[in-house]
Amino acid sequence: MVGVPVLDSMLALVQEATTHERAYVPFLPSWMILLPFIGFVINGAVGYLAPDRRKLVSAVGPGVLGLSFLVAAVNLVLLIAAHDAEPVIRSYWTWMEVGQLRIEAALQLDQLSVMMALVVTCVSFIIHIYSIGYMGEDPGYARYFSFLNLFVFFMLVLVLAANFPLMFVGWEGVGLCSYLLIGFWFTEPAKADAGQKAFIVNRIGDFGFLAAMFALFAYLGTLDFQAVFAIAPRGFEYGGAAVTLITLFLFLGCTGKSAQIPLYVWLPDAMHGPTPVSALIHAATMVTAGVYLVARTGVLFALAPLSMTVVAVVGAVTALFAATIAVQQFDIKRVIAYSTISQLGYMFLAVGVGAYTAGIFHLATHAFFKALLFLASGAVIHAMHHALEHAGEEAGEDVTQDMRNMGGLKAYLPTSFRTAWIGALALAGVFPLAGFFSKDEIIWSAGARGQTLLWVLAVLTALLTAGYITRWLVMVFHGASRVGEGARRYLRAAPSVMLVALVLLAVGSVVSGWVNVPEALPLLPEFTWLHQFLHPSFEAAEHVLVEHMGEPAHVAPLGGGEGTWAVLSTTAAILVVIFTFMALRGKRYLSAREAAEPTGLWRLLYRKWYVDELYDLVIVKPFKALCMVSWRVIDQGLIDGALVDGVAYTTRFGGWVVSRFQTGYVGTYVLIIVIGILIILGAVAL
Amino acid sequence: MLIESLLLSAILFAVGVAGVLLRRNAIVMFMCIELMLNAVNLFLVAVSRYAGIEGQVFVIFVMTVAAAEAAVGLAIIISIFRHYESVDVRNFRLLRW
Repeated sequence: MVGVPVLDSMLALVQEATTHERAYVPFLPSWMILLPFIGFVINGAVGYLAPDRRKLVSAVGPGVLGLSFLVAAVNLVLLIAAHDAEPVIRSYWTWMEVGQLRIEAALQLDQLSVMMALVVTCVSFIIHIYSIGYMGEDPGYARYFSFLNLFVFFMLVLVLAANFPLMFVGWEGVGLCSYLLIGFWFTEPAKADAGQKAFIVNRIGDFGFLAAMFALFAYLGTLDFQAVFAIAPRGFEYGGAAVTLITLFLFLGCTGKSAQIPLYVWLPDAMHGPTPVSALIHAATMVTAGVYLVARTGVLFALAPLSMTVVAVVGAVTALFAATIAVQQFDIKRVIAYSTISQLGYMFLAVGVGAYTAGIFHLATHAFFKALLFLASGAVIHAMHHALEHAGEEAGEDVTQDMRNMGGLKAYLPTSFRTAWIGALALAGVFPLAGFFSKDEIIWSAGARGQTLLWVLAVLTALLTAGYITRWLVMVFHGASRVGEGARRYLRAAPSVMLVALVLLAVGSVVSGWVNVPEALPLLPEFTWLHQFLHPSFEAAEHVLVEHMGEPAHVAPLGGGEGTWAVLSTTAAILVVIFTFMALRGKRYLSAREAAEPTGLWRLLYRKWYVDELYDLVIVKPFKALCMVSWRVIDQGLIDGALVDGVAYTTRFGGWVVSRFQTGYVGTYVLIIVIGILIILGAVAL
Repeated sequence: MLIESLLLSAILFAVGVAGVLLRRNAIVMFMCIELMLNAVNLFLVAVSRYAGIEGQVFVIFVMTVAAAEAAVGLAIIISIFRHYESVDVRNFRLLRW
């Protein structure tokens, strides 16, 4: 088998790398990408030819990702060993060559991309394992895994690409897989519609990405990352219109992919997909692509202070806005979906104020605890569905996912309960879990760079976050059970393969924060490790920032150092958690069928600030009206009627007129011939 | 001599045209066409006396074509006559819109 020699060579490499320092030589970088693709091909073939070979799919689907994860891990170790290594470009073939434009199919391996690849492969590996249990009884098992493998393939292309067009391939590819997986159960119209909504909203963002690429090429004549970032500081005027426009277009792409205002509306609907998909694509990986893009193109953003401000403001406002909606949602997955939007807002706030490491750090920790929360809710939904189905009750999505129908599940799902608490506390930013370190660094960075207003928004969001996630925990796991008597007997814990994934992610949610312990909290001998590790990737951007804006001040807007505020914020988070827990624990919820719609401000939040309705009124309805005009008036009337049919009618009428001369009498023809000849002769004579 | 010859051929041609236009009998119309062809022949021969031998070559061709045309034309007229028992062209008007 291939596996064993590969493992051996990995071990040898790691040993060698850790013993003496050496230049970074990537380890099988193309295999990192190829393995998921091979998995896609095999699973796709199985799905077509033998959909019942579940064992094969269960081995191949997660297996290829496990190997891919190992390759990524080895690369990370090699990179760590080679301190501050230069980015390595591996070019495989020339994709296209047109005039000045030359695009290589090339991978860029540097600290940022390998770090991202490791997070992506790690989280997807765990989620693939979970999927074995979650999707085990689904008839589309092989199809599901082939899509999931394909998604990881495209995600890795996105992350490792060395130029904009190749990144765009990954960017579009993950969008496609997202569409395919949201609408995985496409026989239900709501799910197919949700897939289309995601696809269409993302197209708007992709237009931005494309426009930015065109403009970049027009100005700089190249689309390779290294070349662009090398030329940009000289090629663009600082704060000039060109670079501002390009970065704003790029950010439009990010708002689509990463669900930020104004294009976030697709993400809550994307919850119609299978829960592991929500965890992988709509929490851990794909939606973070926008943050990665901003971090990757940090040099360009650093040259455009206006765009930086836009990114930071949109991020902070989205964070608060989505957090308020999460407070009044009742769908177990929608709460977490809005929480994801909110946390992505944090990441954009970070990269928008120039704290790239903080953004990527939060991206990584968030991938663990948010995937954990999603998978925990997946376990709950799985159990609810199973119980209701066996009790012979209605087991539709709107019943099994409504938290008003849950409550008191901790007795039945102990592992999910414990891991969900870990994930929730990590999200709330409670020390010593992952979210504490990463979120705190973002809030601190926003304050330290003088963005007082954004800092206030971020702090408010942090408090809301602790509140809504505690409400979520209480409604699902605590209090009196609102599951019907009949169904309660059938509540069973999830298959162990799902629980393994939950535990793995819980471990990740605990430890991943410790890679970047702030300097102000001397808990480890080595602090801000991630910051130092990623430094080469962000050096150029930070250089531009410091040159034009100066060093960030190391004080919070209200005074006090980082350590004080870290202690303050985790205390506040714990207090909010305790307060919410106490307030809601005894509260009696009516089940979804009996409950009336909330009133007042709650209704505003429950209805998601009526944004979907607003978009419907302002964009969808006028667009549909325009479509009707285009269809009825322009297409059917003008093009079909006047042009196509018009030509036909004219020809037919002309033919009718001329056909009157064909009388059938030879005499007439002769007469016409004679007249014709006379006319010609007359014309010649004259 | 030339003027007279040309005049004669013009008169013959005109008679032929008038015949085709005015008569309804297919045989007569056919003969009028032959008359027109021969008027042209006369014209060509007359002119060739002054302009060169090519005119007479053309006449040979015209006569050949006319002979072929006569064969085909008469065959058509005969088969029409067998069908309608008439050669009045006013009766034949099937080929129209």
